[in-house]
Amino acid sequence: MTALLTIIIVLFVAVALWQMVKIFDLAQVGTINTQVADDHDNKINGYLMMGFLVFIYVITILCFWYIGDLPLMSNAASEHGLEVDNLMIISMVVIFIVQTITQFLLHYFAFKYKGEKGKKAFFYADNNTLEFIWTVIPVIVLAGLIIYGLFTWNDIMNVDEDEDPMVIELYAQQFNWKARYSGADNVLGKANVRLIDLDRANILGVDEEDPNAKDDVIVTELHLPVGQQVVFKMRSQDVLHSAYMPHFRAQMNCVPGMVTQFAFTPTVTTVDMRQNPDMIEKVQNINELRKERKAEIEESGQDLMYEFDYLLLCNKICGKSHYNMQMKIIVETQEEFDAWMKDQKTFPNSLN
Amino acid sequence: MSAILDTHGHDDHDVHHHKETFVTKYIFSIDHKMIAKQYLVTGTLMGVIGVLMSIMFRMQIAWPEEPNVLFEALLGKWAPDGVMDADVYLALVTIHGTIMVFFVLTAGLSGTFSNLLIPLQIGARDMASGFLNMVSYWLFFISCVIMISSLFVEAGPAAAGWTIYPPLSALPMASGGSGLGMTLWLVSMAIFIASSLIGSLNYIVTVINLRTKGMSMTRLPLTIWAFFVTAVIGVVSFPVLLSAALLLIMDRSFGTSFFLSDIFIQGEVLHYQGGSPVLFEHLFWFLGHPEVYIVILPAMGLVSEIMASNSRKPIFGYRAMIASILAIAFLSTIVWGHHMFISGMNPFLGSVFTFTTLLIAIPSAVKAFNWITTLWKGNLQMNPAMLFSIGFVSTFITGGLTGIILGDSALDINVHDTYFVIAHFHLVMGISALYGMFAGIYHWYPKMFGRMMNKNLGYLHFWITAICAYGVFFPMHFIGMAGLPRRYYTNSNFPLFDDLANTNVIITVFAIIGGLAQLIYLYNFFSSMYYGKKAVQNPWRSTTLEWTTPVEHIHGNWPGAIPHVYRWSYDYSKPGHDVDFVPQNVPLKEGEEELQH
Repeated sequence: MTALLTIIIVLFVAVALWQMVKIFDLAQVGTINTQVADDHDNKINGYLMMGFLVFIYVITILCFWYIGDLPLMSNAASEHGLEVDNLMIISMVVIFIVQTITQFLLHYFAFKYKGEKGKKAFFYADNNTLEFIWTVIPVIVLAGLIIYGLFTWNDIMNVDEDEDPMVIELYAQQFNWKARYSGADNVLGKANVRLIDLDRANILGVDEEDPNAKDDVIVTELHLPVGQQVVFKMRSQDVLHSAYMPHFRAQMNCVPGMVTQFAFTPTVTTVDMRQNPDMIEKVQNINELRKERKAEIEESGQDLMYEFDYLLLCNKICGKSHYNMQMKIIVETQEEFDAWMKDQKTFPNSLN
Repeated sequence: MSAILDTHGHDDHDVHHHKETFVTKYIFSIDHKMIAKQYLVTGTLMGVIGVLMSIMFRMQIAWPEEPNVLFEALLGKWAPDGVMDADVYLALVTIHGTIMVFFVLTAGLSGTFSNLLIPLQIGARDMASGFLNMVSYWLFFISCVIMISSLFVEAGPAAAGWTIYPPLSALPMASGGSGLGMTLWLVSMAIFIASSLIGSLNYIVTVINLRTKGMSMTRLPLTIWAFFVTAVIGVVSFPVLLSAALLLIMDRSFGTSFFLSDIFIQGEVLHYQGGSPVLFEHLFWFLGHPEVYIVILPAMGLVSEIMASNSRKPIFGYRAMIASILAIAFLSTIVWGHHMFISGMNPFLGSVFTFTTLLIAIPSAVKAFNWITTLWKGNLQMNPAMLFSIGFVSTFITGGLTGIILGDSALDINVHDTYFVIAHFHLVMGISALYGMFAGIYHWYPKMFGRMMNKNLGYLHFWITAICAYGVFFPMHFIGMAGLPRRYYTNSNFPLFDDLANTNVIITVFAIIGGLAQLIYLYNFFSSMYYGKKAVQNPWRSTTLEWTTPVEHIHGNWPGAIPHVYRWSYDYSKPGHDVDFVPQNVPLKEGEEELQH
């Protein structure tokens, strides 16, 4: 209904505007070559250009004010996330400065030099110094960003095996996630989709003969001990998926036929993140909005009140229910983690 | 046809005594001006479909799972009781992308203006091969028909995203759209690529061989430079997409395993072994990335020309403009990996592609500064085409700057495939290229149809579109930075995104208004063909050769001899001349020096 009303209102506005244009047209009957801009048009559009510059600045400010709590630039929950956020802020500042200046020049010139009859433009075809300046400045700025970016990228992608990272497999299928812990030996048992045996509940195709698989643990909720580096080995059984963990600044595609990997160290437990003032404010805001949609939300079977949790989302189009492919991530202390792990069935015990 | 054969025994283009039938004039025309118009009208119709789709899925995002009369009317059984099906949402997103990128902004933009302007601006009677030109258009037309027909198949059209990554696109059991719908998509694109290649080869040959006397490469308008380089990029990269499409067809229909391996779906293991989806991604983006330059370079050319003409000033830094076009073209073929930072390819490759990608910012910055300097101390004639050109520079800067974030592999990890990406590429290549196309249409309409478009409707069209473009895409950066993934049918399963819902409604309202504003343009475009004011020969007082041809279209373009060229195409407001423009076919005055550009 809202949509329909909006359409009707927009239609009325369109009709009104069209009528105004007709009036403009009637006022111009009689002049020659009327469809070429005259001084009057130049003046109006010149002022509108300045107006548009203001519009760009205003929409920028509004966006920062209302939706710019910049969740991806603050409160990273992983070690490398802080580095990423720093680089992001630096890049954003550069972009913001360049955007403000160039948009000003463009629109101000469009206003300042609006055409007038009898005026002659300044014949100015080339200037090597200027060309040199605006080639070299971007080169310097970009060189800085490239170097910083490459160091960060290498830091993230190179897994230091000396730190003894915990190995966890992320397994994607249409349309859910599973995780397989490598157990005490920290080595995953071999697996291939050809070994999947649904009757025996071997859903990930883990090789039962492989001794390394004996202590593997398959779960549907990801628990991570805080401060422990984790290396995720990712597999997919059907189509491309992407394991996206925005709070940890982590993402990697899951590709059928190969194993991809991504490593990070979580630094903030779920409990601590829930106490974060920014997060408290965000959750409160969300819950107020949810109260307004009470009936609808209860009908859909969700809990009305939202409580913060880390999430793993699918971020590569994977079919009909792509929009609902998620897994909860819980970051906790080592003790909590060990206690939770003790309650899980090992792979051999999970088989029928 | 026989009449043409009879009279064309002698190679004399000045004589036009053969009669043309309706069929040879309007349908199977070999005249580049008519073919340009055919491309434009076909591209416009495809654009209407593409935009309509985007409005539908924007409504779905803003008001998820709510009954909608528009869905009920247009989607029929795919929107039972007016509630859109999740598969259809993906199909709409997929076909919207395909139509806008290929059918509107490649064929509609490049096809229209390369065909119209190359012969007219270089001083040629027609394209090198009029017949191939006709074949190129009709192949394009057939591919349009096949793509549209895929909307009507039982299981729905392709729904794997416009990038059609396998295995999703290869396995009918993975997605409803990957059955007959995907087959039609692939066939349509294969024909489209053939059309594009024939067209591009024709443009290249024409620019190299058919320039009139005096039209050296350094006297060419920047439009021609842009079309020429675009055609070269197309010839280099489109065949790679063709090979990817053919290999995918093999995998789908003949049991090969180029892109597929180790797949377990719906309770059974498939036989595929040894292929890799990452290979497809490489092949796809080897075209896919140059493709965005195939889209944007012609728009850049048109904007450069229109800005110079309407500023009554030479384009600033003509040689730097050409150098930056060439630099962009070269770099565009070695940056495709920035779409694949997190695809599972070797991280070292990610470093290489970050480096090459960020380099593209340099020639792009040079172009932006040169356009801004072109306005400086000009005498700006604010015609609708000029407004769209200024709008182009504005959205190109806004959209281009965020490329610095996406091109940086470390930052891409977290904004990859979110709305941040959508905001970025829609501004920098979608809206910008569309502005370039609109600018070109408003500017060359008198050349195409002999009549003027209504300027006030043009102003209205521009200002509403300009505000809505920012209204739609600017906030999208922020919901992308909040981590909202693209291609989600609804976000209601993620309470953590609930605080973005209102922003999504605002975006959709802007999108609806922006979409409706295009009706102003459509009305203006079609009604001006019949009721527009009659155009004079050179309404914008431009220097290029197309304005020396008569308003009425004739075969061979010039009634007499082809004009010779004595100067570059940007002698606006040159000191020592009474008028503020000196056409290219005017000989240098005694003692006048051609600018050392």
